[in-house]
Amino acid sequence: MTELLSYGFMQRALVAGVLVGLLCGVLGFFVVLKRMSFIGVGISHSAFGGIAIGVLCGVEPLIAAAIFATLVAWGIGWLSRAGRLHEDTSIGILFSSAMALGVALISLSRTYQVDLFGYLFGNILSVSTGDLWLLGGLSLVVLSTVALLFKELLFLSFDEEVARASGLPVSALWYLLLTCLALAVVAAIRVVGIVLVEALLVIPAAIGYQVAGGYRMMIGLSVLSAVTAAVAGLLISYFLNVAAGATIVLTLTVLFGLTLARKRPATHRAGAAG
Amino acid sequence: MTATPPPIVDVSSVAVEIDGHPVLWDITFAVPAGKFLGIIGPNGAGKTTLLRVLLGLIAPTRGSVRVLHRSPRELGRGAHQIGYVPQRLDFDPRFPVSVRDVVMMGRVCCLGLFRFPRREDWRKVDESIQRVGLSGQERRRLGELSGGEQQRAFVARALCAETKLLLLDEATTGLDLPAQHELYALLQRLRRELGLTVIAVSHDLLALGVHADNLICINGTTHIHGNPQMVLQSDQLREAYRCEFDFLSHEVHEGEGPSA
Repeated sequence: MTELLSYGFMQRALVAGVLVGLLCGVLGFFVVLKRMSFIGVGISHSAFGGIAIGVLCGVEPLIAAAIFATLVAWGIGWLSRAGRLHEDTSIGILFSSAMALGVALISLSRTYQVDLFGYLFGNILSVSTGDLWLLGGLSLVVLSTVALLFKELLFLSFDEEVARASGLPVSALWYLLLTCLALAVVAAIRVVGIVLVEALLVIPAAIGYQVAGGYRMMIGLSVLSAVTAAVAGLLISYFLNVAAGATIVLTLTVLFGLTLARKRPATHRAGAAG
Repeated sequence: MTATPPPIVDVSSVAVEIDGHPVLWDITFAVPAGKFLGIIGPNGAGKTTLLRVLLGLIAPTRGSVRVLHRSPRELGRGAHQIGYVPQRLDFDPRFPVSVRDVVMMGRVCCLGLFRFPRREDWRKVDESIQRVGLSGQERRRLGELSGGEQQRAFVARALCAETKLLLLDEATTGLDLPAQHELYALLQRLRRELGLTVIAVSHDLLALGVHADNLICINGTTHIHGNPQMVLQSDQLREAYRCEFDFLSHEVHEGEGPSA
């Protein structure tokens, strides 16, 4: 084990896993409570279009993906908020179109040598020092934003109508949350890949939701389970010689399965008499 | 001779169109400080739309609206002086918030962006919880409370800012009779203690008739506005609902009312 931890690639992978676990554990709290799971899927798959644009234009693919995924997230938000389409319909249109754009652009690129498999399914062991700086910067920006606006985002997640009536800039907060989500998704692509990134956003927060009575404990458990799964999954994948991203997600699935056995206190339906 | 103070809510000839369809037209009424106005009308009459106009969530197509002596759209940060208890209570009962957390949401706008609650804010939260009779329940998860207790927690949230005007949209829906009675008794006590002005939308004509100072019956436009006894016995009420009422026996006789 000591020898394993002395490898530079393993040290970088562990730091990346912890940072992404922290980021997705916190953002997942809002994804689960505001029922934005499908938005997460839409944003992560649309990032593929951004990666293709980056490859074609010679820009760092993850930076292009961050910009493109943010724009798609705003597009989803605008289409569903403007009342033109149901949210799931607008997500379905935008994410499949963005993914198709990615495939089309990649097929056009004659000099294409990018590890597409790594973007789709993650390659945490290939994280470079530069990737870590990018990941650290994204984590700092997103987590600071969420910490400073936490009370407003919690209010928005609980009761958007009353939050708007009491004078909160609800639309601006909504777009800010979508931006944070897009950045977290892009940060996690290196670790688990586009196809599996949704698991890091949803499963840790679902574990917290199952077990916790209060939101502080839910965030704590969400972050703890995401970080634990990232580290444990990485180590297990090394010893079993299986894909790291998939092992991290399967570790989370096992943790979630354990929480299902736990009973929660009874709740009264909203508006129920008594 | 002292001048009459301007009303807390002043609505004059208001019309609202949504997607080109008229929802409200020629609505006029005023609510003096400390009074309780009940808004009644059949389903689809535009009662909730009217409340949303007062909250500044919908702009009127015509007419003028003054709430707390300003246009609702100009209220901005001042919006926290309006407490709002909404109609739908379809929140997730497993949402991990305690009563104290929910009531603190009422302070969010007073605090402003990027600021964290201070001891003074938590003191206000506890004071509001005590006012609605939920002392000892502060740490319980909201979903564990009964429907009546949940609604009182929402009233506490609405009170938690520097609230002068309380708007309730069918706040008693889904509550049993004792819980409804408790909620109205609470509203009357809050009016006395805090000098609150209350506007409540409800389908419960009898309860509003007992507790409100005035009733306004709308069905797109104002059918009648006045003291409860006069409104509940009026032909205009039957015209708005298109049915006959017998309030003594609590029966509603369906029939053709006077032509609209």
